[in-house]
Amino acid sequence: MPHFAKPAEGSWTAHYPALGTAPIDYNDSIDPAYYEKERVAVFRRSWLNVGRTERIPRTGNYFTKELVFAGTSVVVVRGPDAKVRAFYNICRHRGNKLVWNDFPNEETSGTCRQFTCKYHAWRYDLTGKLTFVQQEGEFFDLDKADYGLKEVACEVWEGFIFINLDPQQTLEEYLGPMVRGIAGYPFHEMTEVYSYRAEIGSNWKLFIDAFAEFYHAPVLHQKQAVKEEADKLIGFGFEALHYELDGPHSMVSSWGGMAPPKDINMVKPIERVLRSGLFGPWDPPDIEGLDALPPSVNPAQSRSWGIDSFVIYPNFMLLVWAPGWYLTYHYWPTAVNKHVFEASLYFVPPRNARERLAQELAAVTFKEYALQDGNTLEATQTMIASRAVTEFPLCDQEILLRHLHKVTHDRVKEYENAAAR
Amino acid sequence: MPLPADFADLEPYADWALATEPERYARRLASSMADMQAFYDAAFLRLEDAIAYCDKFPLDSLPDDAVTLMHLMQSLVMVSFPVEVWKQARVPDSGAAYLDVIAEPVVG
Repeated sequence: MPHFAKPAEGSWTAHYPALGTAPIDYNDSIDPAYYEKERVAVFRRSWLNVGRTERIPRTGNYFTKELVFAGTSVVVVRGPDAKVRAFYNICRHRGNKLVWNDFPNEETSGTCRQFTCKYHAWRYDLTGKLTFVQQEGEFFDLDKADYGLKEVACEVWEGFIFINLDPQQTLEEYLGPMVRGIAGYPFHEMTEVYSYRAEIGSNWKLFIDAFAEFYHAPVLHQKQAVKEEADKLIGFGFEALHYELDGPHSMVSSWGGMAPPKDINMVKPIERVLRSGLFGPWDPPDIEGLDALPPSVNPAQSRSWGIDSFVIYPNFMLLVWAPGWYLTYHYWPTAVNKHVFEASLYFVPPRNARERLAQELAAVTFKEYALQDGNTLEATQTMIASRAVTEFPLCDQEILLRHLHKVTHDRVKEYENAAAR
Repeated sequence: MPLPADFADLEPYADWALATEPERYARRLASSMADMQAFYDAAFLRLEDAIAYCDKFPLDSLPDDAVTLMHLMQSLVMVSFPVEVWKQARVPDSGAAYLDVIAEPVVG
């Protein structure tokens, strides 16, 4: 007997019949040839989030982003006209990497008035124009207007900066109605950031799989709750309030009774004192915009709503938590069986020590969970790669996984077909 | 920087006053459960008092002794999982997995 209503078709998966219900072939996560196609068919052609505008609030603020899947690097910068632009991180003279510190393959950030190449001191302004050539008279018919930095498509939505190496549509078109329906959430108020990074020994899709379902939560994380609560959770299992798919993107909306808990004895002593935990600080911040939420947030309009988790295809997840904070995940493939995982927690800046420590506990708790999640992946990757078993059944609560693998399959297929023509 | 005078009982644990998460996490991994339990027992009793003391000042201009106290309480949060739940310093089932903090707000 389900605890929450499902669509009239009987299941979330049947509500989207193109998904089918067959077991999924995970060759897409172990085959190096498939990964080569994915790099072009998926990653070069998608809008990829590279962070928030608050990271570069003033003219001349910049950061670099290594795009290993494309074997390239971009620099994202705020211009004097306040516009955020992205450029390939390459000097037009002889191809030196333009912006880096000490180690060319490490990301960097800072503030500058112009970009100066370390090699021959060619200079570019913040809009990418070439402004200075060392010993310009030694060159032949060189028009500086022809040698500006090569721009990468870059658009901003709700403070999220996206780039695209080979855009097929505008960012707004790409995001579609479901994701655009998050617009208006007070992201800009949540500027207290905790960021994490790890290199993970698995295909990028396997970590999205891990975070796009909560079916695992009562089992993998059972030791994190007090025993009686853990037993109750495992008996109950997990059912979402709502699932939605829109184009390549998807979302799951979940209940969450832990912020604050119904019974204070369900949680650990430090959570009782600091009034915080995995679901974030229990007391919502005092800002506008949390009472009337945008239409895509808590779409079931459930009173027991706790969290919405959006997969913004291909590699960006956005989690909006009921108590008024959000979390982002990024999965940057570096090989068929490796990726760089990034996570950032965003809170409204604390006004006092009590709020600061409540956020500290939420951040520390996040890491305890994520380490358990991350560690299962390398083992999963190894075993899938053994090909002892190649197809895996996914349940109705794993619909987002089924969707992720199908969308990727469809894009790779479309790319193959176009190449064959 | 010493702790506020009212928190002299926590002086034996003053070396837990660490400003950043990487320092606090490394200290946790390098500590025995007995050490973490002793620190937790002493600091947890004073957590509410510490919040009350620090909240007499604006968070962005805490006096030095309150900054030290905050760093100590952040370490209390760091050891709370090992002491209250795991009974070990490392997260169970986390193997060789790691997750490095690359940006965080630092008190003080």
